[in-house]
Formats: sequence, structure tokens, C-alpha cells
Amino acid sequence: MSIRYIYPEFEVVRNENRCIACRVCERQCANEVHSYNEEKNVMISDETKCVNCQRCVSLCPTRALKIVKSDCTLRENANWQNDTIKEIYKQAGSGGVLLSSMGNPKPLPVYWDKILINASQVTNPPIDPLREPMETRVFLGKKNGEIERDEDGNLKCSLPPQLELSMPVMFSAMSYGSISYNAHASLARAATELGILYNTGEGGLHEDFYVYGPNTIVQVASGRFGVHEDYLKAGAAVEIKMGQGAKPGIGGHLPGAKIVGDVSKTRMIPEGSDAISPAPHHDIYSIEDLRQLVFSLKEATEYKKPVIVKVAAVHNIAAIASGIARSGADIIAIDGFRGGTGAAPTRIRDNVGIPIELALASVDQRLRDEGIRNNVSLVVGGSIRSASDVIKAIALGADACYVATAALLALGCHLCRTCQSGKCNWGIATQRPDLVKRLNPDIGSERLVNLMTAWRHEIKELMGGMGINSIEALKGNRLMLRGVGLNEKELEILGISHAGE
Amino acid sequence: MKREGEVRIPSGCAIAAVISKDGNRMSGQKIYECMKPMHDRSNGLGGGFAGYGIYPEYKDFYAFHMFFDDRDTRKNCEVFLKERFEIVKSEIIPTRKIPQITNEPDIWRYFVTPLKSMMEKMQTDEKEFVARSVMKINTEMKGAYVFSSGKNMGAFKAVGFPEDVGVFYRLEEYEGYSWTAHGRYPTNTPGWWGGAHPFTLLDYSIVHNGEISSYDANRRFIEMFGYKCNLQTDTEVITYIMDYLIRVKGLTLKESAGVIAAPFWSTIEGKSDPAERERLTYLRTMFPSLLVTGPFSIVLGFDGGLMALNDRLKLRSMVVGEKDDKVYIASEEAAIRSMEPDAENIWAPTGGEPVIIKVKDGAY
Amino acid sequence: MKRVYVNEEWCLGCHLCEYNCAFANSGLKDMADALKGKKIFPRIHVEGDEKISYGVSCRHCEDPMCIKSCIAGAISKENGVVTINRNKCVGCLTCVLVCPYGALAPSEEGTMQKCELCVKNSCGEPACVTGCPNKAIVYEERG
Repeated sequence: MSIRYIYPEFEVVRNENRCIACRVCERQCANEVHSYNEEKNVMISDETKCVNCQRCVSLCPTRALKIVKSDCTLRENANWQNDTIKEIYKQAGSGGVLLSSMGNPKPLPVYWDKILINASQVTNPPIDPLREPMETRVFLGKKNGEIERDEDGNLKCSLPPQLELSMPVMFSAMSYGSISYNAHASLARAATELGILYNTGEGGLHEDFYVYGPNTIVQVASGRFGVHEDYLKAGAAVEIKMGQGAKPGIGGHLPGAKIVGDVSKTRMIPEGSDAISPAPHHDIYSIEDLRQLVFSLKEATEYKKPVIVKVAAVHNIAAIASGIARSGADIIAIDGFRGGTGAAPTRIRDNVGIPIELALASVDQRLRDEGIRNNVSLVVGGSIRSASDVIKAIALGADACYVATAALLALGCHLCRTCQSGKCNWGIATQRPDLVKRLNPDIGSERLVNLMTAWRHEIKELMGGMGINSIEALKGNRLMLRGVGLNEKELEILGISHAGE
Repeated sequence: MKREGEVRIPSGCAIAAVISKDGNRMSGQKIYECMKPMHDRSNGLGGGFAGYGIYPEYKDFYAFHMFFDDRDTRKNCEVFLKERFEIVKSEIIPTRKIPQITNEPDIWRYFVTPLKSMMEKMQTDEKEFVARSVMKINTEMKGAYVFSSGKNMGAFKAVGFPEDVGVFYRLEEYEGYSWTAHGRYPTNTPGWWGGAHPFTLLDYSIVHNGEISSYDANRRFIEMFGYKCNLQTDTEVITYIMDYLIRVKGLTLKESAGVIAAPFWSTIEGKSDPAERERLTYLRTMFPSLLVTGPFSIVLGFDGGLMALNDRLKLRSMVVGEKDDKVYIASEEAAIRSMEPDAENIWAPTGGEPVIIKVKDGAY
Repeated sequence: MKRVYVNEEWCLGCHLCEYNCAFANSGLKDMADALKGKKIFPRIHVEGDEKISYGVSCRHCEDPMCIKSCIAGAISKENGVVTINRNKCVGCLTCVLVCPYGALAPSEEGTMQKCELCVKNSCGEPACVTGCPNKAIVYEERG
């Protein structure tokens, strides 16, 4: 191409004193940035191809490499920022819709960072999690049944189907196809070891993973990829994907290049065909249709498994949630606008949807106002980044949280946001066998278990500080939160007071 | 500064109770005298009592004890009462003027029975009708507050030390088969009479020493069922939870204790009886938002008995003793001894284990 | 006895094991200092292509062919580890020919060298094991 409109975003900086020309960077970069010049015995880099995934940086044995943001910038302009201009150049060149991966990176408010947590002092003792029992077990499902007794007056202990979690976190949906077999293996094994659940996403369930069924949520998305009777029966719960936080209003998109081998077999579509999920479920055009699907799935699974309905957080989420709570669903999962994705149109990812904190607060309050909060459990996702985010979410009213980006980071992802290329150097968002090999599930599952164990301990520490020793006593306990730097309206929607009050 | 009721006030306190298993009625003097050795547990900003069996001549009528800010408020409220109830008797609750108790509101009592026509119109049973009417007054009528609404029982409370509150209300002139008492140590308050314990609904009364860390989780759940927590004090929410579990959901006292002070999962798993494990798991899974955490010792009074309960970690003191037909409960042994110097079998119940004392059938 | 085992399912062919080995046996403290500008003589060799690769090193055989073949008596077994006495090696290359695995090779000085499980250098555990980014190389006992 004769005119280079877009200067490479990143530069590869190599410390020539430390480089031993071991060529690991060359061997490990699927984008072919590094190469070896035999004559001169030096490594050279082509930064036009660098996506800043930092695989080379992480593996270089002498720490000779770093990737920096190029300081070749266009003139500063608060309105026409560099990225905005580059996007225009790309579209002028290709005529196509801009595609992006992972969650919305724009500097919109992160409410988790403006909410503070309480601690007990003087009037109420804090509890020491190392010395006293501190319980993080939760059950997700309907709890609105009537009390029934048998002829002897004893309680009949039958509840609608519940999901038991050792801690209030689950791994959120990432389809087989968007991520690799080894990534799924890591998630499945970690979920089983931790006593939580992971989600198949809309790519179906590979037959090797049926053995992890009791810790699997099987998803039924608008494309109905991979959905058959055994699939529904294999999981512990069935999730109807109505929407996703990163791209509300549209369906999933997996390019034909990634539909190969087992991915094609698991999704039940021909190799090479694009897997484009339709925007709506074509049998759900209204809330009553949703009720019909919920009950169809319950019939198919003999009423033994909870049905989850996953929706994206949009403007009238409270009314939508109220409708879902009355449709027979056991659990509502809400995905905020910061949620990640394998690939989505940039404009939709960055501009559509609302923050999960506000969505959660208004849904929880609306369900309580209508007296139906215990018809469903609420699970929230869309950028839950730490144990403190989990605590804040539960205090606002959630039963549990979904994490996905955090899980991928544990597996090695460096959030370079180029998943759509299919050349993930960490073996996560790719189907190339030589790249998938790089994610050893022994290591991957261990890192996921480590992450969740650490979060569970932190959750216990925060709970103990508040004088709470069972997580259910934190659910909806908004007096444990205070806002800082929030305006009246934001405080009102979140249902919390300002710090100092 | 926000008035109590608009902002939550944590507090530490003293509680005591006495009940006669044979239904023998006792003067209220004993119960307020026994608060004297526990004087330092209160700071004079609230004290109160509940007595059961004190209105034998009016035992079939609901006894509404009410505070009014002024005469006009009372008159308005009486109009409302007459729309829903037949008022058999209304009078000022007799009190004794003492220097320790000041700024009293108008304190009245009404013996009422619901109007059948109104009950039929609202299609509820008698108890639900009374509960809703009480909630309505307490939520909507500024300056009027029903602080007791059971049959043949009544609460007496004020801003002051409990022993003075007892003298103020002339409790020695009442005789009841069961009494509970409370002294408050709130950490700041402009002092409102309605904020003192006990909190009641119908014949349930709660006196409570402690602070509930799960308060907002409990409140936001229970308010789905028509209850309104107007006073933002922890105790109020426990009263409504007990009313909901026992009257509305039909759980027994032991089962209700198994909800609000549910054992730890490790304790449940350690139980040898599988039916017991199933039952406790069911209760805990069914009512997770009614688990009460944070230190507490409470005494629940009800028609025909008392239940005493501590939180699972036993973070507040409570001792129980007995002599003949009487059972004594208090935050300190000294209070029990002041009621009965020869009290026997003094013991401290374990965290989470309810102590239920019932009056024998027919005796109340 | 613990030995170094390589799992070809996870070997990425990145060659880091070779460089870690060369550094561990260099006797120097800084890797850049030890290896920059030099040809390396590692005791583990990665063989294969993009499809499959594998690091080959001494198996510390029960009945080593190399010991039998050494005309100078330079190779012996110490506590189960087959070791080479550099001073005695005459560089005839017989052991290289004879080893069924190709585990021996000339060192920088011309004498032969092979994996000796890092027992004589400063590492606690074999350097190739600790340095493998994908847990393809393990150090364990297999009956």
C-alpha cells in the first residue's frame, strides 16, 4: 500500500545489550513481528504487525523487550482524538463495519470505583475470618414456594431446583469457537475444583466436557448452535441468551475461518460457514414467547434444572426483568455494557447499553417494589474485576457475579483486544492448533483456581470487617455502601447514601 | 440533625424478662426494679417494657397503646380508628409525673375490635386487618404512633432509664403472667419515645440487645410483604420477621429460630440426623434474606410465652434462671438475682439455640 | 530416581530450555552476560517442526551404552546420574555415535557433555524444567 494512513500504534523496543538472539520472540509471535537476520546475528522487528499482546515480552529470558505506545501522534484534539481519526481512515480504506474485541474501553464512569464499603467498629464487633466460620455458599433459584407440611406436621423440604455455589462467582459464557478447546478445559476443570459453574456460551458443548456437566451451564442462544437433547440434559442449568452486554440488540458472530474441525461439529454447522447468530430469537418476539421457551426447556429437562435468562443491560431493564421474573425463569443474568466479547461492531460495543451497577440497583429495587424479588436469583456481569466489585454487587442486591474477562486474564490474556484475528498468541481466542497448544489446561486451571481462591479469601475479609459471617446477610444490604463523587440522581438510582451521611 | 426514624442509630443495651409457666400474674414492679443493677448498660435515652395478661377484663379486644404529638393529631387518628374499629374504651394511660421523665407526648390507649364490614371489604382475616391498620397509621400519620397492638398485652416505653420508665407508667399497678424489659444505650439521638424498645406488632414484642449487620438486607426483603420499617432501628425488623414467619408462613418458633439464627453449614453437615439436616438446609435455602447476622440477644414475647435467642456467635450476654413456676431471663445474673435471690439453674444458652417457655394451656 | 521427562503434547518448540540450560551451566550470574554474541552448547536439544517438537536430553539409562563405549573411562554413574569427567575425555565421539537418543554432544571446549540434572551447578532443580513456559518438561520419578 503506497500511503500509510495509520502509523503503527506500538513500537517494539529491544535492549540490544540484553538480547541474546535466542529467537523465542520470533517463534512465539503469530503475527510475525520478529525475525532473525542470520548474517548480522541480530533480531529485527516489524512493528506494523504488533498488537501489543506481550507474548514476546513475557517469554524473553533476558527481559530485553518492551512494547510501548508509539509517540508518533497526530496533533492533539479533544474532539477529534487519534483513535477516532484512525477509525475513519480504516473505514475509508475498507468500506466495512469496524470490529473490536473485549469490553468497552472508553472512559465512561465506573461506578464500582465510586462506591465504598463499611466496616464495623465499637458498637458492633468485626469478625475475624481466620478464626471464625465465614460462609460464602449461595444457592441460586426460585425461593417463592409455599410452606407445606405432611400428615405428621413435619416440613416438606422440597424447593424448586437450585444451583449450589461454594462462592458467589461463576465463569460467564464464552463460546467454544471464540475461545479454544484448552481454554474451555481450563474453565471446566477449575469450576469443578472450586465448586462453582462455568458456561458453554453459544458454541455448544464438546463431548469431552460432558464429564464436567454438573458444573456446566449450557447456553441456548439465538442461533441455537449445538442444541440437542443430550446437550440440555448434560448441564446443571440451561441459560437462554437473549442479549449480551457488549453488543445489545445483535447476535454473536464467529467468522467461517474459525469454524473448523471440532468447532464445526460441536456447533452442528458446516465447516467454513460463518456462524452469525440472528439478532432476536426468531421464536421469541415478545415476553409471552419467552415464557413459552422457558417452559419448553423445562419440559425437555424434566423440570429438574433451573432456567436462566441472560439479558443485556439496556434502558428499561427494570421492566424487562420484572417480565422475566414472571415468566417462570429461575435466574436472571444481567450483562452490563462493559462486558467482553470475541468480536462485535465497535460502534455497538462502545455506545449501546448501560452500566451494570445502575442496572442491578434498579432491577433489584423494582423486583422488591413488586414483591417478586424471591421469584428469581440475580446474577450480574459486565466487568466484575475484583473481590471488592463482587462485594459491592451483592450489597446492591445481586445473588452472584459472572466473570469472564478476569478469567481470561488469569489464563494469560493481556487484553490486546485483537481476538477477532484468530491469532491469539496466548492460545485463548484462537483455533490454530499450534497456538492452542500454548494454553496448557494444567497451568490454566491452576491459575483460575488460584484467582478464585484469592477472591474468596478477600470476600471473607471484607465480610468479616462488616460484621457479617454469612454472605446471604449481605445481599441487598445497601446500608453497607456509601457513594463518593456521585450526584443526587446516581445516589438515588443506586439506592445508597453519600459518604459522610 | 435528622430525627430518629430518618436515620439509623446503633445501640447497646440491657434486656430482662420473667414469665410464670403456671400463668400466675405478677406485679410490674419486679421487672422494673431488676433493671437497676444493669443501670450502666443504658444511657437514659430509652427504656421500655411489655406485659402480658395485664388486661383480663378486656382480653378479647386489641389494646392499642399510642403516642400523639398533640391533640389535633389524636383527633384525626381517632376518626381513622372509628372507620375501621369499634372503640370499646379509650383513655389516657395513667402515669406519674417524675423529674427524670420529661417531654412526654400524649399517651393513650384504646380497646378496639375490628368492624366486620371493613374486614369483609378488605377480605382479610382479623389479625392481618389489625396489622395493616397499624402499619398505615405508623407510616402515614405524622405525629401518631401505635406502639402496642395486641390482645391482653401492652408495651410501655419512654425516653429515660428503664427503672424510671417503670415508675413513670406505674407498672406496679399492673399484673401480668409475663414481662419483658429493655434499657437503651443509643450512640446519638435527639430522643424520641417511639424509638425505645420493645417493638411490637399484634401480640409479638421484641426487646433486643445488639446491632444487626444484616439489617438492610432483612428490611429490603421483609418490606416486600407489606411491612414498613419506619424507625430504621434493627429491632423493628426482627419483630416483622417473626410475625411473617410465624403468623403468615406458619412456621413454629423453633423453625423460625432456625431461619433467623440458622446454624453454619459446617454445623448442619455435622448433624447426625439426616431429616434434621434436610430441614435446616431447606429453611436456610428458602429464607436466606431473613438470616440475621451481627450480635444480638432478643426476647420475643407472644400470647402465652417467651422465646429467648442469641446470635450464632454468642456476641451478647444472656443468662436464664428459674425458681418454682417462674423463669427469668436477663443480660446479667445480677438482674435475675434482684428479681429472685434464690434463683436456681442459672445457665447461658448457646448461640443460635432458642429457649422457648410456654405458659400451660388454659392458664392465660 | 527423578528424571527429566518431556511431554510433546505441550512442547511449543520455543527453545527456551536450551538457553536456560546453557546459562545454568555457564557459571555466570547474568544471562545476557553469559550468552550474548556466543553460540550456545546446551545439553538439551529441541527437535521437530511446527507441528510437533520435543526436547531431547540424557535418559540416565539403567545400563548406559555410553559408559560401555567410552575408551577413556571418562563416563561413570554417580548416585544414578551418568556424568562425564572432562579431564579424561579425549574427544573421540564414540559415545555420541552410540547413544540411542542422541543425548551427548561436544561442548565448547571439545570434550563431550550431556545433561547431568543440574546437580553440579547452582540450580536446585534442572533449569530446563523451571524455565519451560508450558509445563512441557517435568522432573519426577516414574517407576
